[in-house]
Amino acid sequence: MSRLDRQPPWPRRIGRGLLGLLAVGFLSVFLLLPLAVVFVEALRQGVHAYLSSIGQHEALAAIRLTLLVAVISVPLNVLFGVAAAWLMARFEFRGKALLGAFIDLPFSVSPVISGLVYVLLFGAQGWFGPWLGAHDIKIIFAVPGLVLATIFITLPFVARELIPLMQSQGSDEEEAARVLGAGGWQMFFRVTLPNIRWALLYGVLLCNARAMGEFGAVSVVSGHIRGLTTTMPLEVEMRYNEYDYVGAFAVATLLALLALLTLAIKTLLEWRYGDEIAAHAPGGH
Amino acid sequence: MRRRILPGFGLSLGYALTYLGLIVLLPLAALAWKASGIGIGGMLHLLGSPRTLAALRLSFAGAMLAAVINAGFGLLVAWVLVRYRFPGRRLFDALVDLPFALPTAVAGIALTALYAPNGWLGRWLTPWGIQIAYAPPGVILAMVFVGFPFVVRTLQPVLASLDRDVEEAAESLGASHLQTFFRVILPVLVPTLLTGFALALARAVGEYGSVIFIAGNIPMRSEIAPLLIVEKLEEFDYAGAAALGMVMLLASFALLILISRLQRWSGRWAELQR
Amino acid sequence: MTLQLSHLSRRFAGIPALDDVSLAMAPGEFLALLGSSGSGKTTLLRILAGLDYPDAGTAQLDGRDFLAAEARERKVGLVFQHYALFRHLTVAENVAFGLRVRSRKSRPSNAAINERVGQLLKRVQLEGYGRRYPAQLSGGQRQRVALARALAVEPSLLLLDEPFGALDAQVRVTLRRWLRELHEELKLTTVFVTHDQEEALELADRIAVMNHGRIEQVGTPEAIYQQPATPFVCEFIGKMNKLAVTSADGRLSVGDWVLDGLPGNDHHAQVVAYVRPEHLSLGVAETRPGWTARLRHVYLAGSVAHLELHIPSIGQTLEADVGGEDVARLGLQVGAEFRVAPRSAVVFALGEPEGSQSFEERWFWQAADAVPPAPRATSVSPIGEGRARAGRCS
Repeated sequence: MSRLDRQPPWPRRIGRGLLGLLAVGFLSVFLLLPLAVVFVEALRQGVHAYLSSIGQHEALAAIRLTLLVAVISVPLNVLFGVAAAWLMARFEFRGKALLGAFIDLPFSVSPVISGLVYVLLFGAQGWFGPWLGAHDIKIIFAVPGLVLATIFITLPFVARELIPLMQSQGSDEEEAARVLGAGGWQMFFRVTLPNIRWALLYGVLLCNARAMGEFGAVSVVSGHIRGLTTTMPLEVEMRYNEYDYVGAFAVATLLALLALLTLAIKTLLEWRYGDEIAAHAPGGH
Repeated sequence: MRRRILPGFGLSLGYALTYLGLIVLLPLAALAWKASGIGIGGMLHLLGSPRTLAALRLSFAGAMLAAVINAGFGLLVAWVLVRYRFPGRRLFDALVDLPFALPTAVAGIALTALYAPNGWLGRWLTPWGIQIAYAPPGVILAMVFVGFPFVVRTLQPVLASLDRDVEEAAESLGASHLQTFFRVILPVLVPTLLTGFALALARAVGEYGSVIFIAGNIPMRSEIAPLLIVEKLEEFDYAGAAALGMVMLLASFALLILISRLQRWSGRWAELQR
Repeated sequence: MTLQLSHLSRRFAGIPALDDVSLAMAPGEFLALLGSSGSGKTTLLRILAGLDYPDAGTAQLDGRDFLAAEARERKVGLVFQHYALFRHLTVAENVAFGLRVRSRKSRPSNAAINERVGQLLKRVQLEGYGRRYPAQLSGGQRQRVALARALAVEPSLLLLDEPFGALDAQVRVTLRRWLRELHEELKLTTVFVTHDQEEALELADRIAVMNHGRIEQVGTPEAIYQQPATPFVCEFIGKMNKLAVTSADGRLSVGDWVLDGLPGNDHHAQVVAYVRPEHLSLGVAETRPGWTARLRHVYLAGSVAHLELHIPSIGQTLEADVGGEDVARLGLQVGAEFRVAPRSAVVFALGEPEGSQSFEERWFWQAADAVPPAPRATSVSPIGEGRARAGRCS
């Protein structure tokens, strides 16, 4: 008789039931309820108020800016992630452990500090502040600052996803491609990339979710200029602080939908391509 | 130098180092440089301020407490998700990652709407004299929320790979279920639990977005250290902000190193096997 | 093509994986690199494939520097231990890979590639499997796909890393015969790495036995089995009874068994004799030098019976092999006592006590009288009938 068929005695079954109930109850109150509250609060004054507050000029500008920041920072971090994973999973060299630590570093830095460091570099009193001022280049309180802070925050996601997978896959297939006469890029595009595609997509998904949702780091470098340097999370904050609760929650529903979509795709990827994604601990922050 | 078999070493090394250097190292160097600018006297003055101390204490002690709570609930949830079969299990499993996917500003206003004195849950707690939002418990609640996925997700694969034979062996040797759990299962999980704990802690210490809405940000009471940094920046006190940032950074590194030591010690049985 | 390896050395983190290895390969030869794990055999194979480089030494192919060429330029066919098939490509695309990645000038047309792939799949008996993915194949089929993929680039040298290591016993034997036939057909110079001596003895034209990064002996399977060059080869290949030999009064002996014809010499620190189980004669006459043995166990393994014989006079238990039907014919019963004597032995005089790495002299000893030698021994044994001859080793 298999273990699963075995019926435990009734006191144990009650214990199991209570334990399960406790866990499900905790998850519901702690995770489901905040999600529900976002949608309910957004629709408190009806669908019309909801739609019109999303349709406002500032909200649309915030959506555009959020997409722009993600479109720039995610591909850059994908390139970095692939290069870093190739380096970490395929070569032995001095300082490798240190490099690995630096790749993970942004995960253990407060988002506020991630923004702060760029203010210290490019702000009016920063290292390059005077020079930038003289040449009329704005980084802080402008889009480049938002992009930089977002890149810093999301830098490890793709690399983190790829390194363990490529390490567990080993280099046999790539070596086989070399012995069969493939050049470096042929090997990369015909063997390496197809083998990591789902993990790469997974990394991009997580990287994007964070890039679009980042608050602390961009809040420091943004300057909160309505319509120009406010991303969606910043727009939520500003409306909330102006007591425009429906407006704040309305923009928040868009971000919540993005989160739900991310979770759905993530779950789908894990379900269909679990083996090709390898171990998926949550990617740091 | 030995010839490398696979191509692309120089290219990937050059690209990764340049990128890391520009994005991570140079800015952190600016932080260290700016922080050192205030000198020892300035540092003592900064750290001697009761407001700074209160903020640092709330950030670190609060994060500790939140990580402990997460370790407990995370273990419970991971256990139930791995070992039990019930309708909706997949949904709840996917839901665990919500705090990770949900932007922190959204989490912040949602938690506030729930736990404010007139909020969905807050209105039932106020008559009992329990205040969560705009007080330290609110800060810790937000920290628990953002750190929650880490413990569950680090524990799950390890729990799933646990050898059931060992539990059956313990039971056949006469151990009760509780004894089996505390003497056989838990010791094996401790290193992983510590990993999850450290991740949740690191996340909570620096957390900003979800905390500031629910915290109320009352100086000396519910003001966290990252917020203090932002305030110093807004007053154009760059050196003060940098110094406080540096203190936070070093303190969290020290904490993480301590935990990794503890982790190695608690996992010493795994090293002996090799 | 003739491949000449000279003084190859390779260290990993200070530990030698290859230690001054020299080896020559003749065109069309089927060579086995045989050794236990860590003996350096895979390192040598990877150096030949261009996937590793030696710290010192040279490799010349028909007089040209072989090591100067990169892996992709060597035109070497390599079959990886775990096949390393491209999991995202079909069987046909796996086989075609080496042709598709050629530069446009030398790349065959699509039609030509498809035709070649078809021929190769037919050759490895996988017609009709072209559209499958590696994950949909059995281990033996994957192995043959890997072989077809390696052959597609028309290599001048075929390298196989533990080709049967990941297969179950039955498939292994079938594939082994098939590979041997394929080799006879293609006449392709082939090197294969294995830890399985049976595989090496059955398949290879020549075997290089490796140990601790060194080649202990290179020779035909018969030579390796019958004339082991070193104590290591004795202990590694086949079964051997190891006996400590006493050297006194100008003669060598083990208890009552005297190795007549071999010069006893007092300056050897230690002398050991190795006797194969099938070279122990049972029931020899009292007049001949030998030992009284007591039969402890009979392990009947199909056609062969392994006997465990205890010899009180030397305090050792030896193993003897006889035909399965002989057990009943000779009336061998546990507890029976009879006299036994070796028919032949390999004897080493060791330079230092307990050192099996270095030895000073080696002799092949054979019994001087009527005991009929095993058929296998007569063909290669350098020892003349009725007289022992001592051969010195270089």
